[in-house]
Amino acid sequence: MKLDRGFFKFLSIGLISSWLVLFVFFPNLLVVITSFLTRDPVDLVAAQPSIDSYARTFDWLYLQVLWDSLKMSLLATFACLLLGYPFAMAVASLSKRWQAIMLFLLIVPFWTNSLVRTYAIQFMLGKHGLINQFLLFSGIIDKPLDLLYTQFAVILGLCYILLPFMIFPLYSSLEKLDTRLYKAATDLGANSWSRFRLITIPLTLPGIVAGCLMVFLPSMGMFYIADLLGGAKNLLLGNVIKTQFLNTADWPFGSAFSVIMMLLLGAMLWLYYRATRYVSKKGGIDGADF
Amino acid sequence: MARISKALYLTILMLLLYVPIFILVVNSFNASKYGIKWTGFSTKWYEKLVQNDALIQAALNSLTVSIIAATMATVIGTLAAVALYRYDFKGKKFLSGMVFVSMLTPDIVMAIALLIVFITLGISLGFISLLIAHITFCLPFVIIAVYARLNDFDKRMILAARDLGASEWRIFRLVILPLILPAVVSGWLLSFTLSLDDVIVSAFVTGPGYEILPLKVYSMVKVGVSPEVNAISTILLVVSLLIVIASQLIVRKDKTL
Amino acid sequence: MTELRPLLSLNHLSKAFAGNQVLQDFNMTIYDGEFFTLLGPSGCGKSTVLNLIAGMETADTGDIILLEQDISQIPAEQRPINTVFQSYALFPHMTVFDNVAFGLKMRKLPKAEIKQRVNEALEMVQLAHLASRKPAQLSGGQQQRVAIARAVVNRPKLLLLDESLSALDYKLRQQMQIELKRLQRKLGITFVYVTHDQEEALAMSDRVVVMNQGKIQQVGTPREIYEEPNSLFVAKFIGEINQLEGEIVSVDGQQSYEVKVEEQRWRLHAEHSFSVGDKVNVLLRPEDLRVEYIEADHPDKFLVGTIVERTYKGKTLDSLIRLSSGAELMASEFFDEDDPSFDYRPNQKVAVNWVAGWEVVLPYEA
Repeated sequence: MKLDRGFFKFLSIGLISSWLVLFVFFPNLLVVITSFLTRDPVDLVAAQPSIDSYARTFDWLYLQVLWDSLKMSLLATFACLLLGYPFAMAVASLSKRWQAIMLFLLIVPFWTNSLVRTYAIQFMLGKHGLINQFLLFSGIIDKPLDLLYTQFAVILGLCYILLPFMIFPLYSSLEKLDTRLYKAATDLGANSWSRFRLITIPLTLPGIVAGCLMVFLPSMGMFYIADLLGGAKNLLLGNVIKTQFLNTADWPFGSAFSVIMMLLLGAMLWLYYRATRYVSKKGGIDGADF
Repeated sequence: MARISKALYLTILMLLLYVPIFILVVNSFNASKYGIKWTGFSTKWYEKLVQNDALIQAALNSLTVSIIAATMATVIGTLAAVALYRYDFKGKKFLSGMVFVSMLTPDIVMAIALLIVFITLGISLGFISLLIAHITFCLPFVIIAVYARLNDFDKRMILAARDLGASEWRIFRLVILPLILPAVVSGWLLSFTLSLDDVIVSAFVTGPGYEILPLKVYSMVKVGVSPEVNAISTILLVVSLLIVIASQLIVRKDKTL
Repeated sequence: MTELRPLLSLNHLSKAFAGNQVLQDFNMTIYDGEFFTLLGPSGCGKSTVLNLIAGMETADTGDIILLEQDISQIPAEQRPINTVFQSYALFPHMTVFDNVAFGLKMRKLPKAEIKQRVNEALEMVQLAHLASRKPAQLSGGQQQRVAIARAVVNRPKLLLLDESLSALDYKLRQQMQIELKRLQRKLGITFVYVTHDQEEALAMSDRVVVMNQGKIQQVGTPREIYEEPNSLFVAKFIGEINQLEGEIVSVDGQQSYEVKVEEQRWRLHAEHSFSVGDKVNVLLRPEDLRVEYIEADHPDKFLVGTIVERTYKGKTLDSLIRLSSGAELMASEFFDEDDPSFDYRPNQKVAVNWVAGWEVVLPYEA
């Protein structure tokens, strides 16, 4: 029996450990290493240490590209937050039954192919797409608008695909919010705006950070959204990285971008950790019992 | 008043989420080639799909990868969740940290990392590399789903089973597995759709010799709007919808029991 | 209380939730400076009364007069009333100081004044040294005090306490009862306390109102409520009580009756008026009973029975006595170490008596 216990434990832990080490830890380590190497036309990467890739990231030309792509992701994140917060609040205030229905309706897009949904947006935005047709028909415009292949289209597409990822964490932190605190704040003279500003927002900070994390980071990588909706001009970071890897074959440079994204992930996770600490417990002066 | 505006807001946003999909589906039955005007009901784009051998092959490839990847991810992920739940061992924190990070890692970062590792290890890009990549990004979802389920039940049950003389394997098969089965099944379903829908990772780690459906659709879409894409998209949507409904039913039914 | 100045009157309040009438024609007056307690089982409507006073709910009909001003239409955040909540409802993301300062900030007082008043309030509850802590770093009792400070710092006309001590353990609760009472005297603020714990209500209040099913059963000082309950409900809700059935045999004059209880006739005192033949309940508090150990024959004017069970409770010895009719009585006597016969054995025959006039006679209820 002891032997069998050992074997089961060994099998289950061994399997997952080796998988994660081999295909998660080791690859990420390689990315970091690669980012500090030099490009080689034949072997892709030469074993020559260099911080050239990072230096180039801060090159003016790339900074511009970087900023343009980051801007779209940031705007999309912000738009998702603005749209998603009232949405999550409204859902959280519904009856349990309706909450379940709304959550189900939000889960469905998560399970459906995002490429197909991006394509659906492309279809809507085109010169002869439904939006233009509608606007022409109703006489608001007399010439079709150039909706497709704009920054706006990319941002819209990102919002469309990623909105549920913003709403879920927001909803879960709003749902956890103790409504008795509202009662207490009202009792102490806070009106609805003060309650929102001083209670709701601070206490849902973890949800806000988590939502932003789950929208902002993936949004940078969704190259197909930029491809389908942004055309050749409006690139996301993912397009830049993809070009570096698959077309230009500049691995160290692409890896540097990837490392920067992981650092961003780390920073946002740290923020999330701080936010959770802020709302739950500690903070203030620890053990200041004088 | 506040109630009405709330309901209105929810409705509008939901409509915005669903209308594009709906129009896409409707248009896949539009006889018109350009999908601008409705020129009559037709299933000809679906008929064309069936005749597109390359697309059919890509779809079969995708199904193969997704089924195997989902199954492997579910087996490894379930064992991992049980191990993380039951045992204390060195490096447990590190392991669960990796699970967490790999779930949050943006697809593109994972894609790059895997591409580099495949090249370094000399794994040729194609079926095997795709499979490994898909298992890797499905794993954390299975682990977390199963772990959450395990956390729901009383740990003393396992102690009781051991007290009654059950072997480790039997505890797993007779006590743990039946209890976590709903989570395992929905983990499989989620893995399957994640795998079937993936574009970003696959674009990096597949080779020219092994075409899969999302990438095929991607290249078709990039070229421009074609009614065939509407048809294949509709099929993918319906498949996803069936799967998500199945998964929800499993969870729901499990809750009422 | 020398001068009774009405502070708050509730007039003809009624409130229904989803067709369920919680309060109907509810009237009550609370005087300035008193410690007033709403006591009743859960679901009796006491929390609704509190919510109506605080402004968290609006009454369907009736009005609420605070210092001659109708406040029923004033929103909760503008009423000069504060609450200490059952779960404290401290803001978890704010320090103790910021929690206490919240109400003053909402009133946009100058910073210096806020600081001074918060510090005073914290001083008063002996928590000044923990001002920079967050609620989660405090013990239950400390959190309780923060909640009190947060409410009283606003100098409300009325302080509502909603089952405020129920989350504390027994010992701490008793300590807080004394502290609350002391605080109330010191501040001179009118306290309206809601509880389902009768012991707490008796210990702290100047006046108690006992509620049941949305109606007032009895209002009075703790002593009146305990000693002169006006209904079986109040008698049973406020502490243990023995209940015997009886019948009025003759009316002897003002509030004095001859009653047949347990096949014997007794001369009893009653606040109610009865006529001959009325069935009554005779209620006796366990601590009012005197138990005497007897050998065989029993003298007249005693209830006779046998000891069924004894429970040693430290201060008292509780005996369960079965009378010959089958009715059971609980007697609770102070332990007397010098009395050798005090420790009754099971099956011991005993005679039970009580001080004349300490019984409560009420109309019969099942």
